[in-house]
Amino acid sequence: MSYPISLTVNGLRRDVTLEDARVTLLDLLRERLALPGTKKGCDRGQCGACTVLIDGRRINSCLTLAVTLDGAEVITIEGLANGDMLHPVQAAFVEQDGFQCGYCTPGQIMSAVGLIAEGHAGTDPERIREGMSGNLCRCAAYHGITRAVSDATRRMAEDKTKASA
Amino acid sequence: MSETLRFGSSSGQPTTRRDGIAKVTGAATFAADNHPDGLLYAVYVPATIARGTVTHLDVTAAKAHPGVVEVLTPDNCPPLPGGPDTKPFRFSFSFEALQDNTVRYANQPIALVLGETFEAATEGAKLLNPQYNALQPRLGLDGTTPFPTNGDGFGKPGTTVHGDPDAGHAAALQAVDVTYETPAQYHNAMETHAIVADWDGDHVTLDLPNQAIVMSCAAYAHHLGIPAENVTIRSPYLGGGFGSKVIINGPQMLAIMAARMTGRPVKLMLRRDQMFGPTGHRGATRQRLRIGIGADHRMTVLDHDSRATTSSFETFVESAANASQGLYASGALRSTHQGVRIDSGTPGPMRAPGEATGSAALECAMDEMAFEAGIDPLEFRLKNYAEREPGTDKPYSSKALRQCYAQGAERFGWAGRPLAPRQMKDADGLLVGWGMGTALFAAPMFAAQARAVLRPDGTGLVETAASDMGQGAWTALAQIAADSLGLPLDRIEFRSGSSDLPDAGVAGGSAHTASAGGALHAAGTDAIRHLADIATKDPASPLFGTGNAGVIARAGRLHASDDDSRSESFADIIARAGGAEVEGKGNVSRSPEAAEAHAMYSHGAVFAEVKVDPDLFQMRVTRLVGAFAAGRIINPRLAESQLMGGMIWGTSFALHEEAKFDARSGRIMNADFAGYHIPVNADVQGLEVITVHEDDPYVNALGIKGVGEIGITGTVGAIGNAIWHATGTRVRRFPIRIQDLLAGS
Repeated sequence: MSYPISLTVNGLRRDVTLEDARVTLLDLLRERLALPGTKKGCDRGQCGACTVLIDGRRINSCLTLAVTLDGAEVITIEGLANGDMLHPVQAAFVEQDGFQCGYCTPGQIMSAVGLIAEGHAGTDPERIREGMSGNLCRCAAYHGITRAVSDATRRMAEDKTKASA
Repeated sequence: MSETLRFGSSSGQPTTRRDGIAKVTGAATFAADNHPDGLLYAVYVPATIARGTVTHLDVTAAKAHPGVVEVLTPDNCPPLPGGPDTKPFRFSFSFEALQDNTVRYANQPIALVLGETFEAATEGAKLLNPQYNALQPRLGLDGTTPFPTNGDGFGKPGTTVHGDPDAGHAAALQAVDVTYETPAQYHNAMETHAIVADWDGDHVTLDLPNQAIVMSCAAYAHHLGIPAENVTIRSPYLGGGFGSKVIINGPQMLAIMAARMTGRPVKLMLRRDQMFGPTGHRGATRQRLRIGIGADHRMTVLDHDSRATTSSFETFVESAANASQGLYASGALRSTHQGVRIDSGTPGPMRAPGEATGSAALECAMDEMAFEAGIDPLEFRLKNYAEREPGTDKPYSSKALRQCYAQGAERFGWAGRPLAPRQMKDADGLLVGWGMGTALFAAPMFAAQARAVLRPDGTGLVETAASDMGQGAWTALAQIAADSLGLPLDRIEFRSGSSDLPDAGVAGGSAHTASAGGALHAAGTDAIRHLADIATKDPASPLFGTGNAGVIARAGRLHASDDDSRSESFADIIARAGGAEVEGKGNVSRSPEAAEAHAMYSHGAVFAEVKVDPDLFQMRVTRLVGAFAAGRIINPRLAESQLMGGMIWGTSFALHEEAKFDARSGRIMNADFAGYHIPVNADVQGLEVITVHEDDPYVNALGIKGVGEIGITGTVGAIGNAIWHATGTRVRRFPIRIQDLLAGS
């Protein structure tokens, strides 16, 4: 049995015929759509390394069956920058050393983008720490991650103000 | 040698990571991101017993599942030419590659299923439905009769004695005799052990996260029965290593064997739960510490015995008791070790192996001794400050520990801390406690090689097979190389992370920057020497006749050192000499004489504040200040991240991590991130790192020690001591849990 689905990934429409209903979004991205930037850390929703945005919300792609995503809009780490121009969250992670090995980083960054869009945390470090606690980092770059999310939040708010002025 | 110590403008700068953009855009290619054509997916089947034999596997059912291509079991698995119990290199441990049906620990591989898709292989693995003849597993620190160890796995002796410990005990006016326990811990790098193996005839290419790239090629080649040059390892990025990616393990070897057998490339990625078995861990320890002091509060004896678990078939044990060598002055020093064979996987090096467990117990015992003596724990450590290495009486190559104590205490606000516990509360009524610990980590150096090339266009190329597992090799090593060539960072190309490059040694022991960096610096210096030779012998050069030693390289030009106006660009020198590249080679190691002359360590002091709920006993580390002296810091931004990461590992050791074994099956009951707790972002606040300036003329030509592991040491004890100071309950096992405090209240 095959399952045809059509979804948008990083702005591109992808028509996929799945031969297997067991395929997760994570494995679809990594093994079938040549988008290995999204990482597998636990495959059971406990580490956050596979975080992507679906219709603007951050989710664990390892817990999401691809067949359920007909019509969905997915954004992965590969779709965040605008050409050579980094997204403010990406730039802040580099500047604040918000990673070491870099393996959890795509998930951290997608989670941060989702968190900022949710608008609950602002630049309050305690709320950022809480809101980012679904994304584990064994190198423990948490100090830099919190600063990066705070900096990016501030910069994105400033950019928004400038754009509307 | 003085010319090689000249440094340019790159080292010491807080440069952002050179691999940063690749890592924030998803472009950094980790092993499992590779996808060669014709790829097969492998899933290994883990044993669900810890001791016994496999009696049946339903291979027929697995093979009948659509998409399953092959099933490897001991019945059809090809023999391994270099057997799994042979030891081709210093990090070799016996592993399991389906050579028989014995089970020695839970999660050991008992079969490997290959599928056209990951989903098919996963289902096939389930269908094998293994049957066993299971024996009662032997577990825990009392699982079998302890045996005296001859060594710790790194070649250090099992017993070290300086002075007369019995006389030290007899002379003591006050003493403590305490026993601490630490649990089994598992590395759990975020990237599980992964591999893509691709054979071309008798040559195999391995995409494999690896901490000792060139050395590992020879080891894999030995096991596979092919020449070392027939193995290529590509390891540009490791998603964390922490010591676990230097050891060859069964599952990865099986993936290589499966690729050879099927003639197709094979990808294997361990599941998270499979990281609790064949890939090493930190064994549990039980440590007895006996400290005696005289009337002046100076130690008459420091007597440290450690019992640690190892597997039923290997000898590696945590060298925990060695943490008491090298730090505090004491009339007598004794470190002894015993091993206990249990039915677990073999332990191995895990970030600060021996040092982390040993420091945890030692720093708590020191705190207990200070309280017994009625003096401040920092003052107690200063009274027993070692000006020369205790026992050996060697001078330290450098030791800015006093400054670490002073600067850390000042920043933390240690002065005025009440000696008695349970004296402080915050505005919300939470119990507040302060504790401290000394951090210590040896500063080794490994043999390493590198190559540097000055190109006709005036740019540089530098090469060494370094491993970047997050410590920042891509950046810090490039900074060193740029300085050695007298070029700005953006004018050098740095090739690394592949076995076709010069051997950079091991990324371990906190020695990689010193070792690989030393090799790069030597190579760059050699290339500049050759270039200077050309220029100073060429009558057409403004540097003619200056002599080699009279020339320095800066910003792509050679300058006469006594007349800055006499200079010429690299490109012009090379062009006039015919346009050929100028090559330099570097080959460094620490000489036995240098190692013998001085004791070499990084030092530090860690101060912790905890807050504890007086009714529920929930614990929080609210402040953690570490001051470290670790020689020359190449990149302060990256060094701070390393030290902070280590301190958070210390927090994890003190309050979070513990593998729990099921007594009946021998399986680890909490083998995932829901049950095996590591700190999350919300656990980390009030973290500060101070790096204390230190010049070390002896440790190596660049004066570099290491920062990767020392952060754990000191921190565990500081937190344990702070919990005692907050509550008055002394918990002598880690991690400290709410129920331990409830029981003590």
